[in-house]
Parts: sequence; C-alpha cells; structure tokens
Amino acid sequence: MIPKVRRSADLRAVIAGFVALLLTALPAGAAGEWDLAQLMELLSHNKSSEARFVERKYIALLDQPVESSGELSYVAPDRLEKRTLRPKPESMVLEGGMLTLERGGRKRSLPLADYPEVGAFVESIRGTLAGDREALQRAYGLALEGDAAQWTLTLTPSEPRMAQIVQKIRIGGSHGEVSSIEILQADGDRSLMSIQKAGRPDKAPAS
Amino acid sequence: MTAARRIAIAIWLAAMAGCVLIVARTQFTADLSAFLPKTPTREQQVLVDQLRDGAVSRLILIGIDQGDAASRTRVSRALAARLRQDSQFALIANGEPVGLARERDILLTHRYLLSPAVTPERFSEAGLRAAIGDTLDLLASSAGLLAKALVPRDPTGELTVLLMRELGGASRTATENGVWVSRDRQRALLLAHTRATGADTDAQARALAAVRDACAAAEHEVAMAQPTRLLLSGPGVFAVEARSTIEREVKRLAALGIVLIASTLLIVYRSLAGLLLGLLPVACGALAAIAAVSLGHGIVHGVTLGFGTTLIGEAVDYSIYLFVQSERNRDDAWLTDFWPTIRLGVLTSVCGFAALLFSGFPGLAQLGLYSIAGLITAATITRFVLPALLPASLRIRDLTPLGQRLVQLISRARRWRAIVPLLVAIAVVVLFVKHDKLWNRELGALSPVSLAAQDLDARLRADLGAPDTRTMIVVMAPTEEAALQGAERVSAKLQPLVDQGVIAGFETPSRYLPSETTQLARRASLPPPQELRVSLERATAGLPLRADKLEPFIDDVEAARSGALLTRDDLAGSSFALAIDSMLVKRTDGWSVLMPLQSPDSGPSAFVIDADAVRKAIDGTNASFVDLKVESDKLYGGYLRDAIWQSVAGLAAILVLLALALRSPARLLRVTLPLAAAVLVVVAGLALAGLKLIIIHLVGILLIVAVGSNYALFFDRSARGERSGPPPRMLASLLLANFTTLIGFGLLGFSSVPVLNAIGTTVGPGAVLALVFSALLAAPGQAERA
Repeated sequence: MIPKVRRSADLRAVIAGFVALLLTALPAGAAGEWDLAQLMELLSHNKSSEARFVERKYIALLDQPVESSGELSYVAPDRLEKRTLRPKPESMVLEGGMLTLERGGRKRSLPLADYPEVGAFVESIRGTLAGDREALQRAYGLALEGDAAQWTLTLTPSEPRMAQIVQKIRIGGSHGEVSSIEILQADGDRSLMSIQKAGRPDKAPAS
Repeated sequence: MTAARRIAIAIWLAAMAGCVLIVARTQFTADLSAFLPKTPTREQQVLVDQLRDGAVSRLILIGIDQGDAASRTRVSRALAARLRQDSQFALIANGEPVGLARERDILLTHRYLLSPAVTPERFSEAGLRAAIGDTLDLLASSAGLLAKALVPRDPTGELTVLLMRELGGASRTATENGVWVSRDRQRALLLAHTRATGADTDAQARALAAVRDACAAAEHEVAMAQPTRLLLSGPGVFAVEARSTIEREVKRLAALGIVLIASTLLIVYRSLAGLLLGLLPVACGALAAIAAVSLGHGIVHGVTLGFGTTLIGEAVDYSIYLFVQSERNRDDAWLTDFWPTIRLGVLTSVCGFAALLFSGFPGLAQLGLYSIAGLITAATITRFVLPALLPASLRIRDLTPLGQRLVQLISRARRWRAIVPLLVAIAVVVLFVKHDKLWNRELGALSPVSLAAQDLDARLRADLGAPDTRTMIVVMAPTEEAALQGAERVSAKLQPLVDQGVIAGFETPSRYLPSETTQLARRASLPPPQELRVSLERATAGLPLRADKLEPFIDDVEAARSGALLTRDDLAGSSFALAIDSMLVKRTDGWSVLMPLQSPDSGPSAFVIDADAVRKAIDGTNASFVDLKVESDKLYGGYLRDAIWQSVAGLAAILVLLALALRSPARLLRVTLPLAAAVLVVVAGLALAGLKLIIIHLVGILLIVAVGSNYALFFDRSARGERSGPPPRMLASLLLANFTTLIGFGLLGFSSVPVLNAIGTTVGPGAVLALVFSALLAAPGQAERA
C-alpha cells in the first residue's frame, strides 16, 4: 500500500539506450543501392536473433571506462532481452510496453507509458522494425553515412526532454547487421556497445 | 379526575420532557461500534482499532470499468490528478509514479540514519572498498546511468540499499498504459486513503461524494465516446451505504407500519381520538427507550433505532387491550380484571430481554435495554395515564360481534388441536436434522452490505494485490521509543521467514522511523571527516574512482554525524508519514505497533500465512500474531454463544416468573406450551427455508415469547373465569393486537438489512402461531367443560 519510490530522473536515458538495441536486429541482407530506405527494409526483416555484447561506459567521474558484457536476444516484433553476465549478472527485458529489470535477486517492472517521451521513442522504433521509417523520423533526425559494407546511422533526438539527456545515438553496421551502438550523453559521458552475432566466434568483438 | 390521576399525568409529562431533552442531546451512530466488544482482549483491541481508524478503514477502492481501455486510462489519470488536489485524501495511488519526489528526498537526506547497512565496518577501509566496488559494478550495468549522478555524494550506494528495500514489496497490481488495471484488463484501479478515519461516517460520506464529483468531472474532461462507470468499495463505502440503507429502510418501514396500523385501528375503532390515544403509549415508549439507551450507552446505534419500529407492533397491544376489553366507561373494572394479566405479560417480556442486558455485544445490550424501557413505559402509561385521558364521550366500536364469531371459530377449530403436536414433532425432526447448520457464525452475516457489494469488494481487493492487512504482528509498549525498539527486534526475527519464503514480506514503522537507539548506533558508525578522508584514500587505491571526487560524500557523512536524529516530523507530508501513522498508534495506555504481514503469492504456502511458523519466530518477544478474520469470527462466535446462553437464561427466568405467578404446574404448562411450540415451528420454518440463524433471530425468539405470553396468559385467565369460554371482547382484542403485531414485524421481513429482516421473519409468523396455538391449546372454559 505504500507507494514504491522510483527514480525517474535518468531512467529515460537508460531506456532510450536500451531501446536503441532494438535496431540491432541483425539480418543478413543483400547489397545494392545503399540508402536509408534499404537499411530500414533490411532491419524490418528481423524475426529473431542472438548476439553477444561488450559495453564500455566512459564516465567523467571515473579515471577509466567500466566494462560489462553478456548476451542479447531479440524476438520480433517487440521482445528484446539484455543479459549481462559480467561484472554482475542482471537482466533487462523489454516486452509489451514493460521494461523489467532483474538484479541481485530483485525484479522490477516499469511501464514505458510512465515516461511518455520514451514511450513515443519506443513506438517509433517499433514502427521502424515494421518498416515504418516515418515513425522513426518523428522522434529523431536521421543521418546515414558510409556504404552498405560499412555504414553509420546517427539518431539525433528531436524531443527536447530526450535531447537534454541523450545527445545522439550512433549505430554502426555492415549490410543488415548492427555491430556497434554508441550513445553520447548530453553531459559528455558516453557508452559504446560492440555487438557480435552469436555462432560467429571467428569475428572478435570490436571495441 | 382524581388527585392520583393528576399526579400520574404530571409525572408522565415531566418524564416525557426529560426524555425529549435526553434524546435531543443523543448521539446517533451507524458505525461498527455496535458490533465491537465492550471489553476487548488484546487481539480484539487490534481488530477494533483497525476497524475504527486503522489504515484499512481509511481505504477507498476505486474501479473504472466499461468504456474502452484508452478512456479508462485517461479517466484514471484525470481522476487521480483531481483527487490529489483534495485535502480530504492523504494519498491517491493509481500506478503513476507521481508525487514521490518528497519520499526520495527524505531517503537521500536521512540515508545514514535509515540504512540498515550503516555499521562501523562499512566505513572501515575494507568496507568502503567493497561498497565502492559494488557501486562501480552498478555503473557498468544497465542501471549505470541512474546511479552516476549520485556517486560523488553516495559512493557506498546507501540510497540504492534503501530504494531496493522499498522495491522489495513491490506492488502486485497489474499495469497497463502506466495505470493499475484488473487482471482481466477490463477495469482501471485506484486506491484512495482518506484523512478521516473509517469510523467517521460523515467524513467518509463527504470523501465518497468528492470521488464521485471528481470522476464525473474527469469523464467530462476526457470526453470519450463510450461512458465509463465508477465502482467504489471499501470500509468507508460500506459504512456510508449501510447507514443510508438502514436510515432509508427504517424510515420507509416505520412510516408504512404506522400508516397501516393507524388505518387498521381507525377502521376498527371508528374514532380519531381513540386512535391517537392508542398510539400515545407507543410514542412515549419509543421516546423513553431511546432516552434509556442514550443514558445507558452514551450513544445510540442506528440499528437500535431501526428496532424501535418493532416496538410499534407490540406496544400498541396494551392500548388495544384497554380499549377493546373494557366495558364502556368502566375502565376501573378493566384495571382489576385485565391489568394483572397484562402486567404479568410485561414482566415476562422484561425477564426475557433482561438477559440481553448482560451481552458483551453492545448492539444486543442496546436492543435489550431499548425493549425493556419501551415496554415498561408503554404499559405503565396505558395503565396509569391513558384511563385519565380517555374522554367520557369516547366512543369506540363495540367489537363483541366479532368476538362472538371468533368464539365459534375457536370451538370448531379446537377439534383440530392435534395439529399442534404434529407440527411440533415435524419441527423437532427438522431441527434435529439441521442442527449443525443452524447458525451462521460469521460476523459478516450481520452486515447490511449486500452480497453483490461484498463480491465487488473482494474482486477489487484481489486485483489490487490484496492489501487487506488481514494478518499482522502487534507489539505493545509504554513509550514510542520502546515500541520502535520492539518493532526492530521483531523485524530481525521476521527477516529469516522472508528469506525462507514463509512470508513474502512485512511492514514495520522502524523502516521509516528507526528507534533512537538504532539511529544513535548508526550515527556512531560514521567516522569524522579527516578519518573518513584517510580511509577513502586507501580504499580507492587502484580503483578508477578517485577519493578527491568524493568530497560531497564526506560532507554528507559529516552532516549526518553532527545533525539531529530523524523524527516523525521530518516525514510529514510524505507517504512514509501515512505508513507510520497507520502502524505506530498511540493509545491511552501506551503505544502499539502493527506490522502487517504479506502472504507469499506462489510456492507451497501461497496466499496463506503459516501462523505457527510466525508465532514460533516471534517467540520470546512480547509481540503477538493477530489474524483479523479469525479474531472477528471468534468475536462473533463468542457473541453468539453468549447470546444463546443469555436467551436460555432469559427463558428460564420467564418460566420461574410464570411458575411463581400462576402457582400451578398445569397452568404453567398451558401458558408455555403454545409459546414453545410457536418458537420451535418458526425456527424450523426458517431452517427449512434455507436461512441460517444469526444472533438477531434470538432476539426475535424472545420477542415471540414477549408478545405471545400476553395471548397465552389471557386464554389462561379466561379458562379460569366463570363464563363459558373466552370472552368475545378479549378474543377481538387479541385478534386486533395480533394483526397490528403482524403488520409491525411483518414489514421488517421485507427489509434488506439482515438485522431487521431477521426480526421480521421470526416475530411476524411467530406471533400469529403463538395466538393460534394459545387458542387451540387453551383449557376449555368452565361452562364448556360442564
């Protein structure tokens, strides 16, 4: 009956970064004329996939970056799980508008609708995965650089409250495969996640 | 008019004026107090406190259904926003994370006094290194961004410790679009805590009106296509509805009863003066009865007042006997002929009801007092005042012709008297077969709340994650400090049960307000700035976080070390204060702590608290385990058992009284047999109809005896007379009295208030049977025997 205290201040940044992972939807795709429309088309074909990740956070407060690693899995249309194995096991699942965090034996569920700007963001990502580029463009300014073999998609939040926290999100990949996600925070801190598709141990995670 | 009569009238007027004064100052209540014990045990006291002003009593459960999901969500948000502006409510929760900045601020400011992790070891070099290592791990995790901003102030993660603890008992309520919904997603759900206690029915009524208004405004604001529907439940809702139901029914039934009885008397008497005078003892009786209850109990319960309507049916009998039985202008003769019989009847009734006076159930004690005072007053006024007021010109229709037809009817019907033992035999068989299912032993049986309303309450509660606080640990202590220390000792014993999964969790006020002892111990764990700086320097060696970034931490620790202890005032305006108020209660003789337990929602003991395990765990402390449902049923079971014995004692007293008055075993048998037969047949009839008896049926049985004893005594008297059979006028008066009784009580049988319904369905048929059986079983008159 006593309401549970929640921290909401920076949570939206966490969710934003996490949801960006939805784009790591990893299909192999045919090369050809390379533009945003094709990238979107490729990404929208994702049904399910597994990958491993290494994430480094560069925080001004700390002299060195802190590192975590684990596994990612995605099931279309909207289930994404991030299982961190090191340094402390934790899991984060986004499914059906609910973000569930599990750490140290405690589970915590957050409805994305409690954070409307993030909710809109999530919906736009989902729109993207469904091949709806316009939805993504409602929440972000999009810029695609490089070619099909080595591309970088930069997302710049257009929603002011989001922009206060997240400066931009840089997603790097090759063809239909996402290999890195970099989140630049407005305060200068950043995190870089390198992604390696499961079952391809020959390709070492980049950093 | 003789001097004696003038004195009688003067006394009567003075007494009535006194009664009016008392009644004018009387406090009426419709709360649960009528059902709560006068001298509660420790466990019962918890129940009483919880029902009267516990956190549970302040809860309003709100559901919004119909309409579409989006509309329900928007109405929930709009309604919550409006109610949060209303000072009548201490808290409005609908799943939205709003208004919690204050709570977080309190936790952050007082974290070193509140956190159980604060020990001297934690501030040693090794402790700091471990804690900072955890914080670095946290920074690396997905939640890293959350923790980042606070690291310079809180590198040991004390706030995280506190927040995780808060989250430990996370709500089980389902959420959709950010607001609570039922499990089938067809209803949006909200919880409101009123500032007023559940016992303050007026305030609860205002709060409910505020919710309805706010919801109407919210619906208007949302302007949806399909209208949504507001559902309300909770103790306050029940109290308000029960009061209005009782008020409505009492008014309606009393008005209808008076109209029907008055019309009957008017038709029969053909005299307006006769009618008004006939109702005079009733009115005075009711007035004196309320005054007596007010004097005896200080407060009059609504149900008692409702019971007053039943008195119309019985007290009007006395004036009927006077008017119909007395020969024209010869009421002196009535006084000698009939008054002794009526007096014995009144005494019989008083004996029966006197047993109830000793009931520990205040509602029942009030009914007993009410009946005794009402009946004695009505009879006394009929005897001493009414004859003096009767104008010489009063012409009441002579009912002798009706009586003569009744005489013939009875003498023919007496051939069928064997039907009485037959009915009794059937009744005994029925009662024997059903004897173990005869009584309803749940307190809820007395509740005027409809089954539909109880069902809605249960569903809303289940959907909201069962905040029913049914089981709790109670700690009593002479001071607040001792109470909090007690709570901390019990918490330490309960934690292993949480870890083992015996209970899902528990609440304790010491979580938000630790005892001074504990706070002092935590404060003593905090090192002075210089010492802390040195320890930090060593602890962070080799870590990516350097000690010189942690000056805010050193400042905060010093602020806590040299600052004041946390007090109740520091929590004001937060939901923690609400929690403290509901769990740490000041009583006249000290303090009590109520620690609600949460049952596990999965595993072998899902939704059940293992009482033995909990009792064993807290063994050795002075705390006790209380299950409110068990307590309330035990309480009611106790009432019922007592009431049964009191009724038996009352019936025994009646037998003794009649034996002394009648001085003949044969007459005693003839008077009591019809009454016993009527009671048995009525109870068997109720059992056959599938009704379970509640405590109020006992009152009904006593009323059958009270009303019926007059009939039986009149037949007994006439059997001893010189005339052939019962005098026609007497029979006519009995028929009329019986008819008015049937109207007065019969109407109550249609009431939806269980208490009134039970009286009506028992006394209505019982009075008729008592008359018929008395007539059939009466000894034939001397002439008839000859």
